[in-house]
Amino acid sequence: MTTFADKTFTPPELIRNFCVIAHIDHGKSTLADRMLQLTGVLTDRNYRAQYLDRMDIERERGITIKAQNVRLPWQVNGVDHVLHLIDTPGHVDFTYEVSRALEACEGAVLLVDAAQGIEAQTLANLYLALEKDLRIIPVLNKIDLPAAEPDRYAAELAHILGRQPDDVLRVSAKTGQGVRELLDVVVAQVPAPVGDDQAPTRAMIFDSVYDSYRGVVTYIRVIDGRITPRDRIRMMATKATHELLEVGIISPDQKPCDGLGVGEVGYLMTGVKDVRQSRVGDTVTSERKGATEALPGYRTPKPMVFAGLYPMDGSDYPELRDALDKLRLNDAALTYEPETSAALGFGFRCGFLGLLHLEITRDRLEREFGLDLISTAPNVVYRVVRDDTTEQTVTNPADWPDGGVAEVYEPVVRCTVIAPSEFVGTIMELCQGRRGTLLGMDYLSESRVEMRYTLPMAEIMFDFFDALKSRTRGYASLDYEEAGEQASDLVKVDILLQGEPVDAFSAIVHRDAAYGYGTSMATKLRELIPRQQFEVPIQAAIGSRIIARETIRAIRKDVLAKCYGGDITRKRKLLEKQKEGKKRMKTIGRVEVPQEAFVAALSTNDPAQPANKRS
Amino acid sequence: MAANHQWESGRDHVVQSATWAPSRLPTFGCWDTEHVAAALPLGAPAPSDGALPAAALRELRRAPFGVYVHVPFCATRCGYCDFNTYTPGELATSPSTWLDAVRRELDLAAQVLGEPVPADTVFVGGGTPSLLGAAGLAAVLDAVRGSLGLAPGAEVTTEANPESTSPEFFAGIAAAGYTRVSLGMQSAAPHVLAVLDRVHTPGRPVAAAAQARAAGIGQVSLDLIYGTPGETSDDLAASLDAVLTAGVDHVSAYALVVEAGTALARRVARGELPGPDDDVLAERYEQIDTALSAAGLQWYEVSNWATSAESRCRHNVGYWADGNWWGAGPGAHSHVGGVRWWNVKHPARYAAALQAGRSPAAGREILNPEEQHTERVMLGVRVAEGLPLVALDSPSRAAADRAVSDGLLIAVPGDRLVLTRRGRLLADAVVRNLLAP
Repeated sequence: MTTFADKTFTPPELIRNFCVIAHIDHGKSTLADRMLQLTGVLTDRNYRAQYLDRMDIERERGITIKAQNVRLPWQVNGVDHVLHLIDTPGHVDFTYEVSRALEACEGAVLLVDAAQGIEAQTLANLYLALEKDLRIIPVLNKIDLPAAEPDRYAAELAHILGRQPDDVLRVSAKTGQGVRELLDVVVAQVPAPVGDDQAPTRAMIFDSVYDSYRGVVTYIRVIDGRITPRDRIRMMATKATHELLEVGIISPDQKPCDGLGVGEVGYLMTGVKDVRQSRVGDTVTSERKGATEALPGYRTPKPMVFAGLYPMDGSDYPELRDALDKLRLNDAALTYEPETSAALGFGFRCGFLGLLHLEITRDRLEREFGLDLISTAPNVVYRVVRDDTTEQTVTNPADWPDGGVAEVYEPVVRCTVIAPSEFVGTIMELCQGRRGTLLGMDYLSESRVEMRYTLPMAEIMFDFFDALKSRTRGYASLDYEEAGEQASDLVKVDILLQGEPVDAFSAIVHRDAAYGYGTSMATKLRELIPRQQFEVPIQAAIGSRIIARETIRAIRKDVLAKCYGGDITRKRKLLEKQKEGKKRMKTIGRVEVPQEAFVAALSTNDPAQPANKRS
Repeated sequence: MAANHQWESGRDHVVQSATWAPSRLPTFGCWDTEHVAAALPLGAPAPSDGALPAAALRELRRAPFGVYVHVPFCATRCGYCDFNTYTPGELATSPSTWLDAVRRELDLAAQVLGEPVPADTVFVGGGTPSLLGAAGLAAVLDAVRGSLGLAPGAEVTTEANPESTSPEFFAGIAAAGYTRVSLGMQSAAPHVLAVLDRVHTPGRPVAAAAQARAAGIGQVSLDLIYGTPGETSDDLAASLDAVLTAGVDHVSAYALVVEAGTALARRVARGELPGPDDDVLAERYEQIDTALSAAGLQWYEVSNWATSAESRCRHNVGYWADGNWWGAGPGAHSHVGGVRWWNVKHPARYAAALQAGRSPAAGREILNPEEQHTERVMLGVRVAEGLPLVALDSPSRAAADRAVSDGLLIAVPGDRLVLTRRGRLLADAVVRNLLAP
C-alpha cells in the first residue's frame, strides 16, 4: 500500500530515526511487527510474523544477525511524521555493526522483558547508545505475562538511567497494548536529524547485504546533501566508484524512490556483487564535488577468533571452498585461506569476529550448503615477540615459534556479567579461575548485580558461558568487548601419538593450564582411539618436554577362530568392507585414527556452544 | 553358515543313545523351536542346472578335490550355535528324505563336473552326523562312492558327539571306510559345559577317542572351545590335560564367539553372562599353544594342531590352500576354480529343488582376480606353511616387512611368511595391512 511516507525528501524536522535495543527474546521483533501493523505499512493480510527477521537461522534461534530497517508513517496531532526504525544486530560479535546502526539514529528504545529485567548485552548496547548521546526511551515489554514484575524492573531501569520509574513505558508487543503511545513518545522525545542539505553528499553505510538476485543492497543514512538515482558515487574508505542503479526505501519491502535527503534512511544498489565493495561504516559521497572528509568511525572488521574448518568427507573440499566464496559475498568480516592438516586433510583456516560468528558461519555452511564439517578448537590472535625483537602474529598454533620467544601478548576482553546477587561468590570464583581481574561491581537493584572483569579472550572461548550458566542456574547473562592485549606466560601444548604431533590438537594455553589440557586430551584420546597392534603412547608436550602421558595398550587378539569353507565368502566381504573403512582412517605416524575420534575429541569442548546458547 | 564350516565340534549334540537310526529321529520329544542359523552371503543367482563356467572346470584337476556333506540334524540346539541345523520339532524333512536329496545332489555334481572326479577327502559335518548312526554314515559314504567316486587313500572324516558314540558305532564306520573322526569335547569342566548347553558324562570324550582308535580309526581329533564365560585358566588346563591323556593326534581349539541371534547372545545382552574378553582369549590361546606344543602337537593352522604332517586334516587344508570341493546338503558351500556357491539352507527347500531336478544352489559368485588374491592372502597367512612372498606386490611387501619388524610375521626359507604366535592372534589385522598397506 502507499502512504505519504513513500515520498522522500521529507523535511528533517519531521523525521525520527530510532532503533530498539533489546536482549534476544525480549520481544524486539514482535514489537517491530506491531509497529508495522499500527502504521499501516503491513496490512494484516500480508502480515508475516517477525517480518524483519528474514533468515531462517535468525528465526530459529530467535536472534537477529543482520540489521534490517523500515520507514514508517506516523501522524501526531495531525502532522505527518516519518519514522525510520533501524533494527540492530543483537549479538556481542557484532558490536561494530551495532555501533554503526546506532550512529544512524538519534534515539533508542530500550526494550526490556518485564519478567526478566535487563541483560548484560542489552546493558552493553545501552552504554554504546549513551556514548553516542542517543535519546533513550525505556520500555518494559510483556507486561501481560503473569510473571511480569513491571514495578521492580521499572525501578531497576530508572536506577541505571538516572531517571524516574514513571518514565518507563509499559507495553505488550504481543497484544499491542501501549505501542501507539510508544510511537507518540518517539516522535515527542527523539530529536530530529540535523544536517546540511547544501553540503556535499555524505551518507553512512550501516549495513550491506548480498541478494543473489539483485546484488549487494547497501543501507544508508544520509547525513548531508542528497542522493539520487543515476548519480555516480564514491565509497570514501575503499575509494571505489559506482554508478547508482537504484535508490529506495523499505516500507516494508524495497520501493525505488527519487532519492534520499538529509536524515533519511534507505537503500542503494550499484550492481556490485560483494559486500566488501560496500563496507559497513564507510561514507558514500558523490563522485563529482564530493565530500573531502569522511564520517568518523569507519573500521575494517578484524577477525578475532580463528579456527580450521574441514569437510568430514575430504572429497567435499571444493564444495566447502565454493560455499565460503558465496558466504563471503554477504559477510565482509569472514576471512579464510586454505590449510592442510595431517589429521584432518584439506580445509580452511577461517577468521571470525567472535564465537557466535564462527558458529553461525559453520551452521550456515552445514545447513545451506549441505556440508558436514569438523572444526578445530578456535584460538585467538597472539602477538609473539622473539628474542631478536622481531614480532610475529600467530593465528594458528602450527605457526607458533619453536623457541626464542621473549614475550607473548594475548587479546583481553572486558566482560560484563549480570546475575542475581546470590551468585557473586560463584562468579568471582569462576572468573578468577580463568585469569580474570575484577574491575568493578554495581548493584542494579537489591537483588541483581553487574560485575565487570577483564579476562583473556582465550579463556572465554571454550566453556566459559556454559560454566557461567550452570553455576548460576541459567540466570547470568554475559557480554564482552575487546580491551586490548596483555603479556602472558603462554605455551603451546602439542599432543603426540607415538611421538608424532597431531596438528589438530595443538593448543596455546597459559602455562598453568598446560598440564590440565594435556592430561584431559590424552585421557580423552585414550578412550577414543581404538587399540592398535602395538602399544601407542599419547603424550602432551611443551616443546620437547613431556608433561602428561597415557598409553593405549596393544590389542592382543584380532583373529576369527574359524575359517572353513562356508566362512570364506563372508570373511572376504568383511575384509573388503574393512579395507574401505581403512581409507577413512587418518594415519598419524603408524597409528590409525578413525575420523570419528577426531570429531569426538574436538567437539567435547565445543567452542561455539557458549555463543550458541547465549540467550 | 553352517555347512562347510567344519567346526568339528559344536554341531553334534547330546542324545541318549548311541544307536539312533535316521528313521527314529522324528520321534524326539524335546525341541528347541528357535531358528538362528546365520545368513547366507548375497551373490549372483546360480543357474538352475548347476552348470559351471568352463574356465572353472579347467581348474578342477589342479588341486585335490574334496566332498563335504552337511547333516542338518541335531537333537537339541546349543545356546551358542548359529549353524544351519534343525531339531526334529522344527523340521518336516526326515533323514531319509535328506539322504535321498544328498544322493541326487552328488549325482548332479558328477554330471556338472563332466567326468568322474574321485574325492581325495570326504568330510561329513553338521549338525550332528553321529545322529545318523553307523549305518546312516555308511549310506552317505556309499552315495559318494556311487557318484563322484573315492580316490585311493582318501581321508574320510565324520564329526561325532562323544555321547552318541560307542565301540559298535566306531567299528561300524571304520568298516564303512571312515578313516578319521572328530569328537566334540569343548571342555572338561562341567560348569563350562553347562553354559554351552552341553552335557557330557565325565571322561566320555577321552573314552570315545580310545574306542575310536581301538576300532581302527587311524586319525582322531578332539576339539575345545575356550573363553566361555566362567572358564578359568585352571579349567582350561584341566581340559588340556584330558585332551593329552586321550592321546589324540589332532586338536582344534576355538575361541567362543557370541554369534548374534543365539540364546547365548541374548544372555550376554541381558547381563546374565559376561561376554568373552579379547585379552583373556589371547591368554587362553597362548596357554593352549604352549601346552599342546610341549606335548608334541604343532600348530598347522591358527586353530588347529597335529602331531605330524600326516595327522593334519587334509580336507580342511584344502579350504586354506585354494582347493576345490563340492559341498552337498542344505546350506553347504562349494568352490571350484574361483567359483563359490552355496545351497539353500532349509532342508525342505533343498530336497524339493533336487526332487524337481533343479540345482539346490541359492547363489554364487565368480571371483575376479583381485578377489582371488584377497582370499589367497587371507587364507594362506593362516597356515604354518605360510604365505609365499611372490603372492605380494611391493606395497604389500613393505607392509609385510613392518609386520616382521613388529614381530607378527617371520620370513622362513623358501621365501614364505609365517605368523608368529603373537601374529596368529592378530592374523586378521596382519591380513588387513597386507591387503591395504
